[in-house]
Amino acid sequence: MTRPRVRLPERAKVGDVIEVRTVITHVMETGQRRDGGGQPIPRDIINSFTATFAGTEVFKAELFPGISANPYLAFYMRVPGPGEFEFTWTDDRGAKVAEKQKLNVV
Amino acid sequence: MDSPALDRRTFVLGAAAVVAIAPVLGGEASAQSAPPAWQEALKRIVGDAQPATDGRLTFDLPEIAENGNMVPFTIGVDSPMTEKEHVKAIHVIATANPQPNVATFRFTLLSGKASASSRLRLAQTQDVIGLAELNDGRFLMIRRPVKVTIGGCGG
Repeated sequence: MTRPRVRLPERAKVGDVIEVRTVITHVMETGQRRDGGGQPIPRDIINSFTATFAGTEVFKAELFPGISANPYLAFYMRVPGPGEFEFTWTDDRGAKVAEKQKLNVV
Repeated sequence: MDSPALDRRTFVLGAAAVVAIAPVLGGEASAQSAPPAWQEALKRIVGDAQPATDGRLTFDLPEIAENGNMVPFTIGVDSPMTEKEHVKAIHVIATANPQPNVATFRFTLLSGKASASSRLRLAQTQDVIGLAELNDGRFLMIRRPVKVTIGGCGG
């Protein structure tokens, strides 16, 4: 689980509804496949994603094996004021990746 | 909170939902003894509620997916997203996937717009269901067929 990428608008005004786009590298192994020797490949997916802004939760996603590899998630926020986003991805092994990005509020 | 009395709107929506959902749920369940996994998944989300299919929930995804491993979609409800009227969550279920649950998106009053986009896997040609959970406890439902040329999910 690496290389989280986040795209925010270059600038936003208070009250604007902005789109936030995120993507992260992850195999999202479904648990349904078998390896060359016929052994089941254990499930390994990102099962949760959280976005907070200035410490307040904006959006959350619970993901299942039906989500594609390298999960892409886009959602919206009504800008409450200046602040910083924090995005957290958590996988089946309990590994977490966090990414912070400041929103340019004008 | 409004009184629980059945106003006209609620009644009309409820009646429409029963008509819309009855053949869907009844037809496939009667064909075999155990209900399909997607019906269980649906039931876990809506409980005994009858989801309305009034068009407020929109689900953009391709009619034909050449690659079932990566099918882009956007799902959303036209909602003011205020304290009084907002969408709590949207759920996506793929009816013919070995594991039908795809995702649950949870919104907040900061969301501004009850819409989310992602990419899903489809093992084969099937219907994909979207369900929106409103703050007043009601559910909206939409069902979209997708023809899959090359299935996803591996195996």
